[in-house]
Amino acid sequence: MNRYLLLRYSLAACLVPSLSVLCVHTDAQPPTATLQGASTPSETTEIPTAQLLQPEELVQLLRSSREEKPLILQVGSHVLYAEAHISGSEYAGAGGQDTGLQALRDRVKGLERNRFLVIYCGCCAWNKCPNIRPAYRELQTLGFTHVRVLYLANNLGTDWVDQGYPVTKGR
Amino acid sequence: MLRIVHRRISKRRILLLTVFLAAGNLVAKTEPPAPGAYRMAPGFSRIDLNHQQVRLADYRGKVVLLNFWATWCVPCLTEMPRFVAWQQEYGGHGLQVIGISMDDEEQPVRILYQKYRLNYPVVMGDEKIGEMYGGILGLPVTFLIDRSGKIRFKYEGDTDIKTIESQMRGLLPD
Repeated sequence: MNRYLLLRYSLAACLVPSLSVLCVHTDAQPPTATLQGASTPSETTEIPTAQLLQPEELVQLLRSSREEKPLILQVGSHVLYAEAHISGSEYAGAGGQDTGLQALRDRVKGLERNRFLVIYCGCCAWNKCPNIRPAYRELQTLGFTHVRVLYLANNLGTDWVDQGYPVTKGR
Repeated sequence: MLRIVHRRISKRRILLLTVFLAAGNLVAKTEPPAPGAYRMAPGFSRIDLNHQQVRLADYRGKVVLLNFWATWCVPCLTEMPRFVAWQQEYGGHGLQVIGISMDDEEQPVRILYQKYRLNYPVVMGDEKIGEMYGGILGLPVTFLIDRSGKIRFKYEGDTDIKTIESQMRGLLPD
């Protein structure tokens, strides 16, 4: 092996672990384990893919002055909603509970059935969320025809707040 | 041009550079984080489901596994039997599990507490305690707090339970 190649390999062999070590140790925060269990939208069976809304799509929609503005409803935990929710959204009850579904029915009562609704939860990984599917089904049952579901693969923190999208605190 | 470069770089220089960079790696890998690099776990004091006062500061000297969970959170319920087992197994060796339920209401938490036979204190959480811990915006979230009260590890979402156990055991006294 000639010297030039030897030098290149030596540098590569040393720099790669050096950089990886730097990545780990320059952050004073405790290491955070990788999220698991997040599915892709195509893996969802109960909510049609066409009804899913990606976070960036919702951001664009909210920024646009031309698009119809949806009524955004959080259908998960009230405590998590109080910590942070999508600006402009309302709490509408946990979809996984009867009381929550009743709260959702109460909130949408009197709305036009073609009203543009966006629902979201983000309490945990998408494929393990207990709230979003019952809430979607409920709105379908009630006859709402323009419902989009915000696809939060991991949770609201990772997929919305950490992205710098607009959030509000409080109940 | 390359030949000229080759000649200028002696074998000795290559060797020295390699040793220098390798030594740097070794130092970086073995060097412990600077003192104070880990932040102190925010203190709290709450009444648990058994009406007992739970103050985090009272557990200084123990390794605390602080678990944010909720009854509707499927991955949380998967982890909890392990936490019960660890409290049983490692409790005498300096581990203390504390659960913080982020449920909106206490009643389902009480039911689950009995059903899962939780052997560690559980307190009701809220947005205030969530924000103290950097925002609990998805569950489960678990912190491993060392004996000096510093947060050493944070686990978000559906985490490999063996990783938590291994890192928890690493914090326990020998």
